Amino acid sequence: MSKTYLIVAEHRDGKLRRVALEALRAAADCADAGEEIHAALLGEGLDGLAAELATYPLAQVHAIEGEALRFYNPEAYIRALVPLLESLRPDGLFLGHTAIGRDLAPALAARLSAGQISDVTAIERKDGDTVFVRPLYAGKAIERRTFSAFPQVVTVRPNNLPAAEPRADGGTADIVKLTATPEADLRTVVREVVRKTAGKIDLTEAKIVVAGGRGVKSAEGFKPLEELAGMLGGAVGASRGACDAGYCDYGLQIGQTGKVVTPEIYIACGISGAIQHLAGMSGSRIIVAINKDPEAPIFGIADYGIVGDLFEVVPLLTQAFRKALAK
Amino acid sequence: MNIAVLLKQTFDTEERIVLSDGKVAEEGVKFVVNPYDEYAIEEAIRLKEAHGGQVTALSLGPARAAEALRTALAMGADEAIWIDDAGIPQDEFAAAEAIAAVLRQHPCDLVLGGSFSVDTGGAQVAVRVAAALGLPHVTSITKLTVDGGTASVERDAEGDLERIDVTLPALFTAQQGLNEPRYPSLPGIMKAKKKPFKSFAAEDLGLADGGNSARTARVSLSLPKGRQAGQLLQGDLQEQAETLVGLLRAGSKSI
Repeated sequence: MSKTYLIVAEHRDGKLRRVALEALRAAADCADAGEEIHAALLGEGLDGLAAELATYPLAQVHAIEGEALRFYNPEAYIRALVPLLESLRPDGLFLGHTAIGRDLAPALAARLSAGQISDVTAIERKDGDTVFVRPLYAGKAIERRTFSAFPQVVTVRPNNLPAAEPRADGGTADIVKLTATPEADLRTVVREVVRKTAGKIDLTEAKIVVAGGRGVKSAEGFKPLEELAGMLGGAVGASRGACDAGYCDYGLQIGQTGKVVTPEIYIACGISGAIQHLAGMSGSRIIVAINKDPEAPIFGIADYGIVGDLFEVVPLLTQAFRKALAK
Repeated sequence: MNIAVLLKQTFDTEERIVLSDGKVAEEGVKFVVNPYDEYAIEEAIRLKEAHGGQVTALSLGPARAAEALRTALAMGADEAIWIDDAGIPQDEFAAAEAIAAVLRQHPCDLVLGGSFSVDTGGAQVAVRVAAALGLPHVTSITKLTVDGGTASVERDAEGDLERIDVTLPALFTAQQGLNEPRYPSLPGIMKAKKKPFKSFAAEDLGLADGGNSARTARVSLSLPKGRQAGQLLQGDLQEQAETLVGLLRAGSKSI
């Protein structure tokens, strides 16, 4: 039987998030030739985003607008999606494993009486089976999981699956505009959203992460790291030690508690390398360690190590990058 | 105010993972209350201290989960409910069904849990329980105040802060920063021994039928490829910085 798939496409600051295209790629990996993939967009003023999304290999883009959808609101989003789920009856639902996806996916899965496989980092298809690969213990172990029934709900970890490409033939998907019914009886009201990350690159999606540990010594000590990250178009992260010491916000914490990151390049500054931190960043492609202590465990997993004071090394690195990139 | 706290016993985050017979070996491992669930317990106890009421700690797991429940009792929870996971598949749909079945017999104003467990990390069960009970939910909260029938929460959304009001009853999951969990006191530990401790098995919950079949299953478990130590750069720090820039630019398209 031909199956139908749906992705919920996330956007931020008027742009599609890359993870939306990774979720689309995941759906495409699960679909057989000729099966339909649809996308849902929720928010306000979606025309531009819908047009952009329509250039990807999709059957239809469902743009659901409504005042209560301006900010993510679990209850309003669920109510807005239920009619679409009822009419489309998707066999597979794909979201990013993000602040929104982690919140929304299980709520939708519960309404569909569906299973969910979370935080998927790879999808393998063989002999007609689709197997989902995901980390356990933040990556200290790897699990392969399958569904025993449809519908299926999947959340994909940002930065791991390739992003879908726009259609090569220049064709576009139909855009279906929907208006969410205004809900007077919502029990959940979003009062305010404080954009602390405006203009910053999301830690889990960053290609380059510059992270600081206890060795950074103070909130002020993160300045050189911010400069380096800023110049490389990366994001700043931290170890639990640095967060517990109050040098930075818990939102930056990388590790088994905190976020798991898998950037292209991870630069650990003044981080000794506790097991729980390593779990959160060992999946990075290239790891650089900068630490005064040559015995620090972080050097045991780093591709490149510099033994030295981060307050000397990091500014030198920034300078060296600036020089090299200016050429 | 009656509060239920969902908690899971997990490996301490400093534990290494060893596989034996295709399973995660548990010998000699230190178990803890899942760190995010600890914030939920602490918050529940603080709310009880401020508003009165009863805190029930609930855990689904093997017999060792009783230890985590006793920790919650020692911190200040009033009663514990252990759901024996024998006969309940290792699947979030199934887990949520079991927990919801217990909570339906145990109405409360507030359900709290952790934002995810540091072992399987699916971040599903609490939200599924909210859906099963028809409760609104907000995940990953860093602040909670209750005023009459309304809870005001702050939610951490990947570094942004959302301020949300929710009509109770509701379910919330705790993010780091919500509070600083207390250590159980010695009198707390002594008192915990006398507090009510209920146990349920799958058949007590009417889950032995097909209604509780798992929706997903594990195929295999493996360890990631270990990383090897690479090279320590040489020369003075300036030279090392320049060498590193060259190596990174040659090795990655991202710079």
